[in-house]
Amino acid sequence: MENIDYREAIVLAASAIGAGTAMVAGIGPGIGEGYAVGKACESIGRQPESSGAVTRTMFIGCAVAESTGIYGLLVALLLMFANPFIGKLS
Amino acid sequence: MQIRDFFRGSPDGIDVKGPGVLCSFEVGGVTINLTETVVISWGIILAVTLLLLWLTHGMKTKNISKRQVAAEWIVTTVYGLVEDTMGKHWRSFAPYIAALFTFSITGSLVSMLGLRSVTADFNAPLTWALITFVFIHGTNIKTHGLGGYLKGYVDPVPVMLPINILSEVATPVSMSLRHFGNVVSGMVITSLLYFALSAVTKAIGVAFLTIGIPAVLSLYFDLFSGFMQAFVFIMLTMAYISNADGRNEA
Repeated sequence: MENIDYREAIVLAASAIGAGTAMVAGIGPGIGEGYAVGKACESIGRQPESSGAVTRTMFIGCAVAESTGIYGLLVALLLMFANPFIGKLS
Repeated sequence: MQIRDFFRGSPDGIDVKGPGVLCSFEVGGVTINLTETVVISWGIILAVTLLLLWLTHGMKTKNISKRQVAAEWIVTTVYGLVEDTMGKHWRSFAPYIAALFTFSITGSLVSMLGLRSVTADFNAPLTWALITFVFIHGTNIKTHGLGGYLKGYVDPVPVMLPINILSEVATPVSMSLRHFGNVVSGMVITSLLYFALSAVTKAIGVAFLTIGIPAVLSLYFDLFSGFMQAFVFIMLTMAYISNADGRNEA
């Protein structure tokens, strides 16, 4: 560990913490999708003949609900692999 | 690479790169990059066109071939889906939906051939989302007239104008980011897992992990996720466009 640039180290550490924090966004879609799938299971149990339509609608709803989680993931990926802050140290 | 690299990170780091630039040239002072995405997209367009030409040549009304059955099945499925979702008067929309779906799913599945996914480049889903955006607003203007369309922005009260504009802009952004984020996260997770498995393999000395497990993972991320995102993209496109039309309003 020779000639560490401390400014760079601070930026990298903060980015890593930020990437981890951004993934807190995964909680919301997790809960929401679990709830949606649970309800879909209930309705299939009640009306097994409509399982095709229910499953299709559930998947679309899940994919839409997932988008906030995806935004968090994109922020985390940006911070890890395409860090926009490290270039600002000049 | 040793097993401890798995815990300490790779010496050269796991790098996730954007699409490579094959060559770039200047046209009138603007640099145009010929990226992998563009080349692979054109390859896909060519392949799909050839496939469709092969499927549809020599069509008959009697004694139809298996090829023609497949072609007719594709067409009737797409038309049925569009009619179910958007209503009968939107039948003419089916070719756009079919093209979008085909491009999206082949663009995701092309990673199974070892090429870079077209949809893992933000430009591709953004382009599709912008085309849909134009369709949404074109439909809106067509049904409500320009005055009615502009009036929609100040709908309940004029104070809502910035919020309405923001929500219109958010539509293509969220559509494209959802698609892009799903594909890219799959790519990153696959590469991370591949790295971890190859570290374990180096430590054990038996190369059985890197053969089977990435294939199973790619089955989920490429096949299922690619199909799901393509389907969600076309469903949202249809929903937004038919919502812009007053006739479907409940």
